Amino acid sequence: MINRDRIKAFLTLLPSMILIAVFVYGFIGNTFWLSLTDWGGVAALAENPVRNYAGLSNYKELFTGFLGGGFRQDLVNAVYYSVMLLLGAIGTGLIIAILLDNKPRGEAVFRTIFLYPMSLSFIVTGTIWRWMLAPQGGVNILPTYAGLDPLKFRWLSSTGAIFEFNWQNLLQIAFYILAAVLIIGGLMSIKQNPTRALRRFLLPGIAVGLAAWLFGDLLPKALFMEETHGFNLATLGIIMATIWQYSGYTMALYLAGFTGISQDLRDASMLDGATTAQYYRYIALPMLKPITISAVIILSHISLKMFDLIFAMTGPDNAETGHPALNMYLTTFRANDFAKGAAIAIILFLIAATFIIPYLISSYRQRRTR
Amino acid sequence: MKTRLSPATIALYGSLVVLALAYLMPVYLTLITSLKYPGDISLPQSWQLPPEVNYASFAEAFALLQPNIVNSFILTISATLLSTVLGSLNGYVFSKWKFPGSEIVFTLFLFGMFIPYQVILIPLFQTLRAMNLYGGLPGLILAHVVYGLPITSLIFRNFYAQIPDSLMESANLDGAGFFQIYRRIIFPLSIPGFVVTSLWQFTQIWNEFLWGICLTRHTANPITVGLAQLAGGQAVSWNLPMAGSILAALPVLLIYIVLGRYFIRGLLAGSVKE
Repeated sequence: MINRDRIKAFLTLLPSMILIAVFVYGFIGNTFWLSLTDWGGVAALAENPVRNYAGLSNYKELFTGFLGGGFRQDLVNAVYYSVMLLLGAIGTGLIIAILLDNKPRGEAVFRTIFLYPMSLSFIVTGTIWRWMLAPQGGVNILPTYAGLDPLKFRWLSSTGAIFEFNWQNLLQIAFYILAAVLIIGGLMSIKQNPTRALRRFLLPGIAVGLAAWLFGDLLPKALFMEETHGFNLATLGIIMATIWQYSGYTMALYLAGFTGISQDLRDASMLDGATTAQYYRYIALPMLKPITISAVIILSHISLKMFDLIFAMTGPDNAETGHPALNMYLTTFRANDFAKGAAIAIILFLIAATFIIPYLISSYRQRRTR
Repeated sequence: MKTRLSPATIALYGSLVVLALAYLMPVYLTLITSLKYPGDISLPQSWQLPPEVNYASFAEAFALLQPNIVNSFILTISATLLSTVLGSLNGYVFSKWKFPGSEIVFTLFLFGMFIPYQVILIPLFQTLRAMNLYGGLPGLILAHVVYGLPITSLIFRNFYAQIPDSLMESANLDGAGFFQIYRRIIFPLSIPGFVVTSLWQFTQIWNEFLWGICLTRHTANPITVGLAQLAGGQAVSWNLPMAGSILAALPVLLIYIVLGRYFIRGLLAGSVKE
């Protein structure tokens, strides 16, 4: 009896398991295989298109090829975009959550106002914000109502860029980043275990940084010509709209976390002489670390598949505000270059996987230990 | 406690009100622009109230978007229904009928909700073409049901984990089997779970754009694609896209305002935390 029920349970799940196996894992494998072919061109959509194995040439073309410059800028955009969105949305959401944690009157109304953008589609948000950021209107003329001069910034069509670097020096920059990560990691753990921090993090970090600085010229160039990429200022408007839409989400996460902390703990810390700021800094936030991790995972996931919002705000063809997710769509469905589109998709997937796989493994372990 | 106007209270309410106004500004601008006559819309006056109220933009936008709205309702309702029912059954198995390796299977399911959908887009496109489902609503419904399985299974699994196992055991002693326990005990207790999950799926599917534009032909385009086309032209007069935005946002916004509590629960469930 029990055994028959176990079989029934398994058979109930089986169709979904097959669907996930095929549509998620099978399709990812298929996309990876396609990215190693030369599938594309005029006859790409024929009944039985010609597909030859081409090795890693699509990836090589994207990272070092003459025509891959657009993709490389998109990739740089995506990195800056993710960082800005994480800082902006988590920061804003946290501030609002702390304000609302004081239980002001009308808290429910405020919460509704901060969260409603989350229910809109990116296409609606993009349409509205394109109008908000029109060059001679919207946000730019707001200062005139306070008697100031209007802003002149061209939010979505500016061609300026900051934090520029030469793609040729990619390896050197990668070593600098590695050094920075090691040094920061060392500084953070120096209080707990000074020798370990020094040996494992600080000294290697300084060594890598120095070596990259002194011998950086000897490293192989990633590209045969100079090519600068930077943080395109035209993406600022898109980042603003995304923060507007998603800070309510982090607010809801943190607010749920704050509410879960017992009032006793707060009272006790206040009795011990902690100020409000100290309470949040040293007690509440450390307790909500899992929430911060969730927020980082979900927001970076969102910023990587950012497609709809840019499509609606600047159109799919705006090079300044490009993104790999859009590039993949254009390469695949406009240019019929399916193999290269697949390669872009795999790169996006790998970036996402580096965040998500550790997260899922740790949540799996947590469930097991319970 | 007396409510005195301390500087801290003033600062608290002051910053909340300023922030709230900032968050409401886009709605204000959308609303007034949609109520203006095209001739009254100009960039320098974009924040001013309409000199004359014009409701015609809504009728005009609705006429243009009506086929898309119909498509979106068919798509959203059927995909929500199917994925929610499947998610409920999966969640029941994942939480109450664990088998060796079921936690790994569950983790493998979850992975499916975090992938950038670009990575499955090309095989999905080809598969739908091979199944003769490309271009129409059934193919889009299939995609939404399959890729909705991870989140719906997750929400129901966590929901059913709160139902005590003793209820299951006593029913089992009474001779109830797998489906009887589901029908008699689990399903009647699942109503809040169904509300949370279907609201979440409804908003997600209603708002989806990537598959809508890549997998459907013009006649089957959902509302997001319709709105993007309406707003995409360069020489648009802004009253139409703004009215269209309001129409496209209305169903999900209403859900959110009326049933916000459940919407937030879906949102929190989506962050995998238990």
